[in-house]
Amino acid sequence: MSVTTASAAAASLAQVVRRHGARSDALIEVLHQVQEIHGYLPPEALREVATLMRLPLSRVYGVASFYHLFRLEPPTDHRCAVCLGTACFVRGAAQLAQRLETRLGVDLDDAAGNGTWALQHVSCLGACGQAPVVVVDGVLLTKLPVDRREELESQLDAAGIPRPPTV
Amino acid sequence: MPVLQPETPSRQLRCCGASGCRSAGGEALLAALRTARDADAGAAAGLTIKPVGCLRLCGRGPLVACDGPEGTRLYGAVPPEHAADLLAAAREDGPDAGVARAALEPHRLDLDEPFFRLQRPVVLETCGQVDPESIDDAFAHGAYDQLRRVLAELTPKQVRDEVRRSGLRGRGGAGYPTGLKWDTVALQPPGPRTVVCNADEGDPGAFMDRSVLESDPHRLIEGMAIAAYAVGADHGYVYVRAEYPLAIERLRLALQQARRKGVLGRGIFDSEFSLAIEVRVGAGAYVCGEETALLLSIQGQRGMPRPRPPYPAQSGLWGAPTLINNVETFSAVPAILREGGDWYAAMGTEGSRGTKVFALSGAVRHTGLVEVPMGMPLRTVVEEMGGGVPDGSAVKAVQTGGPSGGCIPAEQLDTPVDYESLLSLGSMMGSGGMVVMGETTSMPVVARHFMRFSVNESCGKCVPCRAGTVQLAELLDRFVEHRAETADLERLEELCGMVRATSLCGLGQAAPNPVLSTLRWFRHEYEAALREPSHCEPPDSCTVGADGETRGYAP
Amino acid sequence: MSVVTLRVNGQEVAVPAGASLLEAARAAGVELPTLCHLEGLTPVGACRLCLVASETGGRLLPACATEAAEGMAIRTDTEELQRYRRMTVELFFAEGNHVCAFCVANGDCELQDVAVAVGMDHSRFPYRYPHRHVDASHPLFALDHHRCILCTRCVRVCDEIEGAHVWDVAQRGSECTIIAGLDEPWGAVEACTSCGKCVDVCPTGALFRKEDTTAEKHPHAERPEQLRRAREQQQWRNQ
Repeated sequence: MSVTTASAAAASLAQVVRRHGARSDALIEVLHQVQEIHGYLPPEALREVATLMRLPLSRVYGVASFYHLFRLEPPTDHRCAVCLGTACFVRGAAQLAQRLETRLGVDLDDAAGNGTWALQHVSCLGACGQAPVVVVDGVLLTKLPVDRREELESQLDAAGIPRPPTV
Repeated sequence: MPVLQPETPSRQLRCCGASGCRSAGGEALLAALRTARDADAGAAAGLTIKPVGCLRLCGRGPLVACDGPEGTRLYGAVPPEHAADLLAAAREDGPDAGVARAALEPHRLDLDEPFFRLQRPVVLETCGQVDPESIDDAFAHGAYDQLRRVLAELTPKQVRDEVRRSGLRGRGGAGYPTGLKWDTVALQPPGPRTVVCNADEGDPGAFMDRSVLESDPHRLIEGMAIAAYAVGADHGYVYVRAEYPLAIERLRLALQQARRKGVLGRGIFDSEFSLAIEVRVGAGAYVCGEETALLLSIQGQRGMPRPRPPYPAQSGLWGAPTLINNVETFSAVPAILREGGDWYAAMGTEGSRGTKVFALSGAVRHTGLVEVPMGMPLRTVVEEMGGGVPDGSAVKAVQTGGPSGGCIPAEQLDTPVDYESLLSLGSMMGSGGMVVMGETTSMPVVARHFMRFSVNESCGKCVPCRAGTVQLAELLDRFVEHRAETADLERLEELCGMVRATSLCGLGQAAPNPVLSTLRWFRHEYEAALREPSHCEPPDSCTVGADGETRGYAP
Repeated sequence: MSVVTLRVNGQEVAVPAGASLLEAARAAGVELPTLCHLEGLTPVGACRLCLVASETGGRLLPACATEAAEGMAIRTDTEELQRYRRMTVELFFAEGNHVCAFCVANGDCELQDVAVAVGMDHSRFPYRYPHRHVDASHPLFALDHHRCILCTRCVRVCDEIEGAHVWDVAQRGSECTIIAGLDEPWGAVEACTSCGKCVDVCPTGALFRKEDTTAEKHPHAERPEQLRRAREQQQWRNQ
């Protein structure tokens, strides 16, 4: 990060905290906004949040690591989330997750992924009527045909999920 | 009033703009309709195209309801290419109306089907009718009329009496009597109070509250405001899970409009009553649906439950008496005040009054939202309304109550849906998710699915939940992978009993339910998963005591 | 001072209003096993060892975190509670890496004592052998995560008595871990005053003085209560 963007980020972070009046109960809201700025929660930003909000460092880290939507590592460029909620599960989400793991060459819930793509699970997106669902870079794919391999692969192609490199 | 059919049908097209239909292309369809209308301004005059909330049959989205004096026709899975046909079909006696209607016939959904016909909309009475982004439209549908009346005519105690008379019980899962909860908060020693709406709908398979937030947010706000008046609170929070961005957006917009119109703020409707409501967004923790964890999360902390008592009604947010109800509970309140507690209590069963919204999903033909009177047989909901398993095979089980509930076997489908009946079957009402399972679903696999969920969502504070669920998931692995022994079955049951009895909060206490209920109804599947003696590993890999108990590892 | 009376295992006891069920049990001469509880610190009810059965509701209540109420009747040692306590200790042993023979706290360890008290001689649940680490970055003390049972006494004593809040819990579920600062080496955390209270209250060998080797740790779990009482009653010697 260049000096100017770093100081701009610090300035906007201070703004975010000020907007909440530095009230300690706003910590989760503040962390959401910090993640929006950086894409994740870098340690230096957490330190800054703790200082500005007058909170112990360990309390800030404890909260940041408790909630699974907060990322403590830089995200990969592309992200795919497979829903493993019950409705999706009944409609083949586990096989879908396996297929995505193979296709991307990643392990489910390994934040580092393959360097470019990471695959995570979500517990339920409330899109049970469209099960099974996958989110690719923020776009929801619905009613994926798990049983029809060809059709599934072409829908995943269309969503921009790369096929595994042919050996 | 039948579901989805407006009282005064003007010519209009109502497009579902809730998450389900959006993900199926609802926005593209709405845009195409508007383009088609603008291109044909003269012919389409007098025709309203209105974005609305959930039209119920989410599995067939995007849904469009076409209203006219002759009634309402509903279309599903409509591609944007049909926009012109929809406009023509909606127009009065247009020359193309007949042709267009014929073209749309394959997309037509029959509102006389049990899925729609058997619904009894109360919480959802204006869901799918009202534009969720317009407070004026909400006013036109009667929003805030009851708040206005209550503030002018009723004392807080009269409001609580009405709610108590309705027999309404908490729709979040446990079914605690709502009136009693309100009384408990109201009767605390003088001082500040808070109302909190639990919109952290986390049970997999549940999307009722999301639909209410996305479709009719003013109903929730009105219900909360009435509750706040009834218990003497002047501050409220809605805690919404971050996984529901559209619901958050619409709720925030609705709150902003409500403030601007003076239905929130100081001296509401020229009364002494003031109320401010804030939105708090979660960050991905199922346990925050537990009320003490939710309160800590609102306070910006780790969402770790604490022992109760004291209950939040006595000591909640920042130590003040706090009323916590979920979205559906608050949203039932305006109709109860309007029609009276007795009216509401006349629906449902002795112990479970009124109606309940269920989210039908899984191996079922019609997936979506249904609101039905309590006490309706499960079979009616799943087989008649839901239409059974898509391929026509038999239903094997219905899962209710999410990770805290259980699987109800097909032979028990005639059970009426109410709090006590579901509990007696080893499941629970939960928040209203109903996932249908077909013959191909293996019950030990389902049990492991839920146990892994609980492992992942355990907060880690108390040891039975933190370490017990991990051991349970491993034991279930042994069954799923056919390497379990008879002793594992005993160990599984014993540990389930211990985790249930000793965990600190509801999440841990209920975590064994999916295992216990599948053990109760589908025990043969666990027994069939026991390892054959012939496949047994050499005896030195495990030590078996004289009593047949496998010895673990001494510390 | 108002008093409440209740029955513990059938025996009537009177305790000051506001007393916990744990204190009521003690008043009846019953010693309940505890791990997370410590006099002088806020109770959290996390270890579940002090659960008692209410004779009226049948519910299990954490004695440390439940206020005694007039007319209550509790049982502290039913067959069921004994079974649960034993399983609880088994789960503690199985989730960490507890090897008494090499441990600084051997012979003076509350986990060990509790295991003896509830009669746990082996675990029926397989050991998980989690990958954990040792933080020896502090000049005086060390934290061996293998032996941590997440009782959070260190977190509470540092926050409530010392006022430094060096420690907290990070992650969740079985991934939970005690952290210093932003999950940093303990020695790098400026807020630490090196007072050693966390070491004094740790029930196992997780927190220890570097100079102590096997079986040489002697904790001082009584200190938080002494300090709190001294503070509240202003018993400082030089005042």
